[in-house]
Amino acid sequence: MNSVNSPSVVVEASNLSKIYDNTAVVDKLNLTIESGSFCGILGPNGAGKTTTLRMFIGHCPIDGGELSILGQPMPRNASLVRESVGVVPQMDNLDPDFTVRENLQVYGRFFGISAKVLEKRIVELLDFSSLQDKADNKISELSGGMRRRLTLARALINNPKLLILDEPTTGLDPQARQAIWQKLRELKKQGLTLILTTHYMEEAERLCDRVIVMDHGKVMADSPPKKLIRDEIESHVLEVHTANESLVESLKQDPSIARFEQSGDIHFFYGDKLKIALDELENSSHDDYLFRPANLEDVFIKLTGRDLRE
Amino acid sequence: MNKAFNLVLFLSRSCSIWSRNIRVWGKLAGPSLMGNFGEPLLYLLVLGYGLGKFVGEVEGLSYMAFLASGVICTSAVNSASFEGMYSAYTRMDVQQTWMGMLATPIGVAEVVFGEILWAATKSLISVCAILIVATALGLVENAWAILILPIAFITGLCFSSLALLVTSYAKSYDFFLYYTTLFITPMVLLSGVFFPIDTLPDGVQVLAKAMPLYHAISLVRPLMTGGEVSSIFLHLSVLIMFGGVAGVLATERIKKRLIK
Repeated sequence: MNSVNSPSVVVEASNLSKIYDNTAVVDKLNLTIESGSFCGILGPNGAGKTTTLRMFIGHCPIDGGELSILGQPMPRNASLVRESVGVVPQMDNLDPDFTVRENLQVYGRFFGISAKVLEKRIVELLDFSSLQDKADNKISELSGGMRRRLTLARALINNPKLLILDEPTTGLDPQARQAIWQKLRELKKQGLTLILTTHYMEEAERLCDRVIVMDHGKVMADSPPKKLIRDEIESHVLEVHTANESLVESLKQDPSIARFEQSGDIHFFYGDKLKIALDELENSSHDDYLFRPANLEDVFIKLTGRDLRE
Repeated sequence: MNKAFNLVLFLSRSCSIWSRNIRVWGKLAGPSLMGNFGEPLLYLLVLGYGLGKFVGEVEGLSYMAFLASGVICTSAVNSASFEGMYSAYTRMDVQQTWMGMLATPIGVAEVVFGEILWAATKSLISVCAILIVATALGLVENAWAILILPIAFITGLCFSSLALLVTSYAKSYDFFLYYTTLFITPMVLLSGVFFPIDTLPDGVQVLAKAMPLYHAISLVRPLMTGGEVSSIFLHLSVLIMFGGVAGVLATERIKKRLIK
């Protein structure tokens, strides 16, 4: 039995495609992810993120192109690949009938890990996920954050080389989210390759050394988050809330405004200094505005538009 | 060599599914045993005693002895069917337990086979319990009755495969009522559980004989009452064929449903 070794390229997709009902959900995707990187995939609902991740672990048949994970052709060697991959799914699927420890024991058995090895591993993982005191609690007694940490611990039971996380912090409070972030940074430090999808720009900005923006099954942008902000968008944004027409018109006269957008009663002015517009606001009686550096969310909106996706 | 290795791997992975399920069962064994074993026992005692007074002997047996083998087989059918429908659907859809399993090296066929093995084990457990009580009541003729256990397991394999095939089409728990009302209940009523089927019109007899429960009863009743077992090969083949076809179809259907 050949086992997965540690190639320098973890994901290699060429022209990878998935078609549902004549629509390409993943559209000729070309992607290479190197070992040790922490890669975030961003995109509106239906952009093809989850489908892409499902193809990575053989949970979705491939309609076109080629994919290899950890050097193994997919989906042919999916089972072999999954021996070395950890998955944190979007929807919790912990076993409600078991305690925290039993969840890890049963899941370890699915990988064929011996009871002896497992025992030691579980102690480490309970420690890593700060769940030592909850080992014998039932799942229903855990908070949302604890459940997610347990799901993360469970995904690490097989000492994976690649960890895939599908919206790992959705629905968590800020403290619980930060706790997860800290664990993920620790894993990155240990040399694990991580791929995560998220709707939180801050999450991608803080954690990932590479951000891929997807929409309609295609890659819209792909670079380190700082570089993405630098390359894709003006340096600053002026948000003016509930302004009247004449004020907006006079603000627009600032020649340093590179781009202008309106969304509901908010007007967005993009540019570098926007000094004239700011002076204008200072002198007016309108004080409901915000001048700030551009962030990943601005890039995201620029690339994928303001339309609601449902 | 490689084939043997793959087979061992397949079985050991299916067993890890099976052992997950038996571990959960261990926690909830009380209520579960109550349902799988208490209810059929009530039928046996109440109908056997009450109706037995009117009916007298059936095919040379006391009514309770006649009924016992039918109740045993029905219990095997119900245990496996319930587990393969309601419990399996919970793990497939509501709790997403199967998707969790499929994120490990385990594949769909191994999950399905593990579930079939487990549901058949539940048939075995309830039949064991009823058989012990039946023995205590003096309804078992001789030691050959121990062979009822493998038959119960095979019956369990057959009906759990059928149940998983139904589950593969299910969109909600309500869907299972079609199967129980249109297939399981008429089958139980017509397969010779409560009365010998030769009292039925010819056409209905043919229908009854085309269904697997009749064949399970044909094996269990003589084993229970010291009669002669005939057409063993035919009866076993019907059970195995129904189970085998349903198992393969269920695996394909569930693969399409989950890996999409």
